[in-house]
Amino acid sequence: MSETARFLLDGAPVPFAEGQTILEAARAAGRYIPHLCWHPDFPPHGSCKLCIVDVGGRHLSACATPAVDGATAASDTPEINAERRALLQMLFVEGNHFCPSCEKSGLCQLQAMASELGMTTPRFNHFYPDRPVDASHPDVLLDFNRCIYCELCVRASRDKDGKSVFALTNRGIHKHLVVNAESGRLGDTDFAADDVAAGICPVGVILRKRVGFAVPIGSRTYDTRPISAVSMDREEP
Amino acid sequence: MSADGKLKVATVSLAGCFGCHMSLLDMDERIIDLLEHVEFERSPLTDIKRVGRCDIGLIEGGVCNAENVQVLREFRRRCHTLVALGACAVNGGLPAQRNHLDVGQCLQAVYLSRQGLEGGRVPDDPELPLPLDKVHPIHEVVRIDYFLPGCPPSGELIFTFLSDLIRGRSPRLGHPALHYD
Ligand code: SF4
Ligand code: SF4
Ligand code: FES
Repeated sequence: MSETARFLLDGAPVPFAEGQTILEAARAAGRYIPHLCWHPDFPPHGSCKLCIVDVGGRHLSACATPAVDGATAASDTPEINAERRALLQMLFVEGNHFCPSCEKSGLCQLQAMASELGMTTPRFNHFYPDRPVDASHPDVLLDFNRCIYCELCVRASRDKDGKSVFALTNRGIHKHLVVNAESGRLGDTDFAADDVAAGICPVGVILRKRVGFAVPIGSRTYDTRPISAVSMDREEP
Repeated sequence: MSADGKLKVATVSLAGCFGCHMSLLDMDERIIDLLEHVEFERSPLTDIKRVGRCDIGLIEGGVCNAENVQVLREFRRRCHTLVALGACAVNGGLPAQRNHLDVGQCLQAVYLSRQGLEGGRVPDDPELPLPLDKVHPIHEVVRIDYFLPGCPPSGELIFTFLSDLIRGRSPRLGHPALHYD
């Protein structure tokens, strides 16, 4: 019998099983690595890069990189966290994130991560894109202004709900979320408020109607607990 | 610095709602503690109109018109440390929600086409500053030293933030004090 395989995360050993990624093993050991597009119920997506760790001078996505015995990974360092803040800043300026009027405020993973990582300024110039909302569905509102292209809704609707209501289209800076209907409107799909995809958006795009302020701002999940703690219990706030 | 060794602080509300200034006052009696260390220069609180040499400038609001830009640049020239105070200064905030609309059409909608405004005109008095086509956060116009997000940041937070600055410490913000709503 060989000894348990382990790698070092910020100097402390993390045991892992064959095939586990750095992020999965860290999480199983009660260690948090920031992430936005990763979700325990889905295979890694590797798009947001919030989960970067430094392994031998290379910055790798912890959610998509298998753990290797004896490796050394650095996550919670000033350099890596500065890179994460820059990624968050790009996400903020590329959409329209007016938190004071967002139903998701206090329940939003993007916002919670920015707060925990100390992002005080968007730093870059804002794009202020024009992205009209889709209110056509009786029970769910889509506010495209806040999409971070994590594809969790795409994956959930396709793989869990068997509906494929959402898709991302175009590439690079032109990438955006679309609804699979000839009209492009959510009201013309078979999307339902109890679909898995209706509750999976980490930000304020897919919003169930009439429940937005059931919990007042100020006493919401991330208002009181940091995302590093909440995320270890469950993924959705 | 003033003759009695107090730091000079100037404040202004550009494209903001004065909420951040209200929040500043919301620190209640601690403003008396603060006044042991600072003296307010140009500010809506003093009604001084011109900004002289200052140690700290607090800017509420983004820039939505030509005058905002001019005042902001003047603050940058005169203030050693410039702070973006509140959501609108940091990212444009509520006023920036007009940015996907055409400003000309906005003015027409407000002054010409609403019911009861038949025969009206878009105000064009030369005294009125010209609106910009987009509202911008202040870091897109001048260099900013510190940012204090929040809509508004609480009086408590502003007090702590200023206390740090006065003592020459870099204010550090993290969860839960750092919030964007
Ligand atoms: S989605 Fe999150 S970051 Fe964006 S406006 Fe809403 S609360 Fe703020
Ligand atoms: S709508 Fe939400 S879940 Fe879907 S891609 Fe955008 S951010 Fe991700
Ligand atoms: S969580 Fe790993 S890339 Fe998004």
